[in-house]
Amino acid sequence: MSEAAAVKDTPIEHAHQGFLKTYIFSTDHKMIAKQFLLLGLVMLMLGGGLVMLLRWQLAYPDKPLPLIGISETYMETGETETAMDRYWDEQFSKPEKEQSWIATRMPAGVISPNFYNTLFTMHATIMIFFVVMPILVGCFGNFLIPLMIGTRDMAFPVLNMLSFWVAVVSGVIILIGFFVPGGHAATGWTAYPPLSADPTWTGVDWGQNLWCFSLIFLGISSMMGSINYITTIINMRAPGMTFMRLPLTIWSLFIVAILLLLALPVLTSALAMLLFDRMAGTSFFNASGGGDPLLWQHLFWFFGHPEVYVLILPAMGIGSEILSVFSRKPIFGYHAMVYAMVSIAGLGWIVWGHHMFQSGMNPALGTTFMISTMVIAVPSAIKTFNWLGTLWGGNIQFTVPMLNALAFVSMFVIGGLSGIYMASTPVDIFIHDTYYIVAHIHYVVFGGSLFGIFAAITFWFPKMFGRMLGSKLGKIHFWITFAAFNCTFFPMHILGVGGHMRRIANPLQYEFLQQFEGLNIFITMSAFTLGMAQLIFIFNVFYSMFKGKKAEDNPWKANTVEWTAATPPPHGNFAEIPTIYHGPYEYNAPGIDEDYLPQTSQATIATDGNGKQ
Amino acid sequence: MNKGFQLFPEQASTLAAQVDYLYFFLIAVSLFFSVLIFFLIYVFAVRYRRKSEQEVPEQIPGLLKLEILWSVIPFLLCMVVFVWGATLYFDTYSPPKDALEYYVVGKQWMWHIQHPTGQREINELHVPTGQPIKLTMATEDVIHSFYIPAFRVKRDVVPGRYTSMWFEATKPGEYHLFCAEYCGTKHSQMRGRVVVMEPADYQNWLSGGVANEPLEVIGEKKFRQLACHTCHVDKPDARGPSLVGVFGEPVRLQNGQTVTVDETYIRESILNPNAKIAAGYRPVMPTFKGQIDEVGLLQITAYIKSLTKE
Repeated sequence: MSEAAAVKDTPIEHAHQGFLKTYIFSTDHKMIAKQFLLLGLVMLMLGGGLVMLLRWQLAYPDKPLPLIGISETYMETGETETAMDRYWDEQFSKPEKEQSWIATRMPAGVISPNFYNTLFTMHATIMIFFVVMPILVGCFGNFLIPLMIGTRDMAFPVLNMLSFWVAVVSGVIILIGFFVPGGHAATGWTAYPPLSADPTWTGVDWGQNLWCFSLIFLGISSMMGSINYITTIINMRAPGMTFMRLPLTIWSLFIVAILLLLALPVLTSALAMLLFDRMAGTSFFNASGGGDPLLWQHLFWFFGHPEVYVLILPAMGIGSEILSVFSRKPIFGYHAMVYAMVSIAGLGWIVWGHHMFQSGMNPALGTTFMISTMVIAVPSAIKTFNWLGTLWGGNIQFTVPMLNALAFVSMFVIGGLSGIYMASTPVDIFIHDTYYIVAHIHYVVFGGSLFGIFAAITFWFPKMFGRMLGSKLGKIHFWITFAAFNCTFFPMHILGVGGHMRRIANPLQYEFLQQFEGLNIFITMSAFTLGMAQLIFIFNVFYSMFKGKKAEDNPWKANTVEWTAATPPPHGNFAEIPTIYHGPYEYNAPGIDEDYLPQTSQATIATDGNGKQ
Repeated sequence: MNKGFQLFPEQASTLAAQVDYLYFFLIAVSLFFSVLIFFLIYVFAVRYRRKSEQEVPEQIPGLLKLEILWSVIPFLLCMVVFVWGATLYFDTYSPPKDALEYYVVGKQWMWHIQHPTGQREINELHVPTGQPIKLTMATEDVIHSFYIPAFRVKRDVVPGRYTSMWFEATKPGEYHLFCAEYCGTKHSQMRGRVVVMEPADYQNWLSGGVANEPLEVIGEKKFRQLACHTCHVDKPDARGPSLVGVFGEPVRLQNGQTVTVDETYIRESILNPNAKIAAGYRPVMPTFKGQIDEVGLLQITAYIKSLTKE
């Protein structure tokens, strides 16, 4: 604990540090948070770009892409018309080995089946591991934990820096994979062996190896982060900051850190076993050598299901925070909210089998996974109704963060309810591996986590960068995103129930899916709109960072401790370690003149309050 | 097969309607809650919109009764879905005793199907109506998943083990058959059709087929070809145990345990003979790994199943 104690006593002022120490190898949790944010936003654009290509193929299978594909004239007459035609002409005259990167993956601008498989594999991998995790856990975990519990920095600042740089290494490895011979990993983000265990099945060799290495590194980075979060939250809370006075955001990050600490090593070991199978001839997952391919599925989903909660729990915490602030009301049922999150996280460990109902498991085992999955509906319902209770009778301000938080709640409702279909096995067996699952996961991870991310960025932007985020662009971005999101993902439920499988490169080759061509085109158009709208957000963030209106210390009149720090907070955060007197959500408390009551205020609430101190 | 826009694939098996009822019930429940929640969000957003900064919102104390209500109702609903779903789930796993057994082998990127009467098909499955059909499935390479949307059935085919599923077709017609588990580059081309026929038409189709040797006869040939019969004979001093009448019966092992002879045990004993040796025999059997493929294994299994005591 000596290091933690040392951080607490760090003097606030210190000698000016050079560029390298301030911006690159910084140990300041706020700078590391910004680094994670930048990593996440860059990867968001990459992951989004991949899925645009994928959506093109689903709407217009085997048609050349606009701009880079060959023209119709060239296809029909062989006459080169555009500059791209001449480019393709030149590429086709070369032997295959000398063709360009793009020509081997998208000959004539048409996405090849192999590249299509890489696209959906890498879209999921990047969005889950390099966008949502770095932003929600890496960025907001780092930024908020010390500021919200009232301390100067993380318990282990050097470990914190290392955690970011290991994540960068992992990101670089995953990017290199796009350029190795044989192409990048193409076995889906779930990488089921034997498909992933032997290069002969997919033709992908080093791409899959690099995918494994990258996620092993990411697991290490994440583990360093979670050890840091857990230690900091347990040991470094400001005086008076009891566990039941912690903001729900911190509760959610605390629970997530524990989930990560316990779940990721399982993935890391499974990945190591897979690498041994691929490179050293072992047979962990190889049936003919005495292994079992189902072992991977058990290990992967034992990690994978808690991982889904890693993605959604921080958004739940952040959503609760923002709903309370802009309803100017205490969060409805604070204790119930904490217990609900703990039970969701706890139950998350015993439901993994519901990903494997159709694998032929004994129904006696299947039903236990069924019932544990069903029961998760209860804490989720409690959370949802408590969010409604928070709005009920409030004095609601529709700021950009509030709009995003409301979208989070409503989209989580759809994503949560569609989850019950998957828990009822006979229905799940029908919709398993169809677009219904794609719709569900996107309502949870985009509708839930990503709206949570938008809410969080727009809410804490003033504290992070000292400037207000443009609210007009913020609202435009929100409404386009909200509409386009629903137009993109809601129709996927219909596709799924109609029997449209996921991970198929060309739906039109199935007679009974041809009726969905129009719907697929509509989804693709919506997805393009959705993608474009994110450019508005990215522009808004970078523009406001330099040109936005200067922010006050507490622009939203919020209670939690980070708003009492200077804006942006200096190295060491607080002039003096604050002392905490109240819970985080005392808005419009009886006997207080203002409509908010900072956690550090010494004013006392009249005793006929709601007893949530 | 084109009948305009269809929200659901056709219901063409006894199971389909049952799955759909459960599905409609879930739709009703989730519609109710979505509408309720969205309505409340909308009402609250309009009703409690900030009109002035001075306005003091109502203080709503923690309403324990309300919190209990919205925990207990979802819990009860879940339990209804659970009991309903679990019952149906067990049904989908318990084929009727009189089910005809077909054998399916998946490989990149095709389905190989063998009828009990010996017909072989690639990417096609002919079945009669009104007859429960059990599929015993294996794969030559990676995981595949046998999926017939119109029957609402899907089951993974996993290397190293047999999986099975059953259905009873109700409506003559042609239906789609897919691989639903992503299985490599040409996964989306691993498809076929199921042809459901009236029993009489099915008999006609069978008699018009080419290979009319029943599966167990082909299996017996293979059994002899691999010289299995030199050891597995019904004599007291045989090197291997007799296989007559063993299928479905328990057998005592050398280590004192007991296993039931099923498809998986036969498969394992052919590929990895020393794993579970029957009591009273020595581990002298060589492995046949590499000499026999999944199709052959299923044929031999069918032969062993046909050996009943007179």
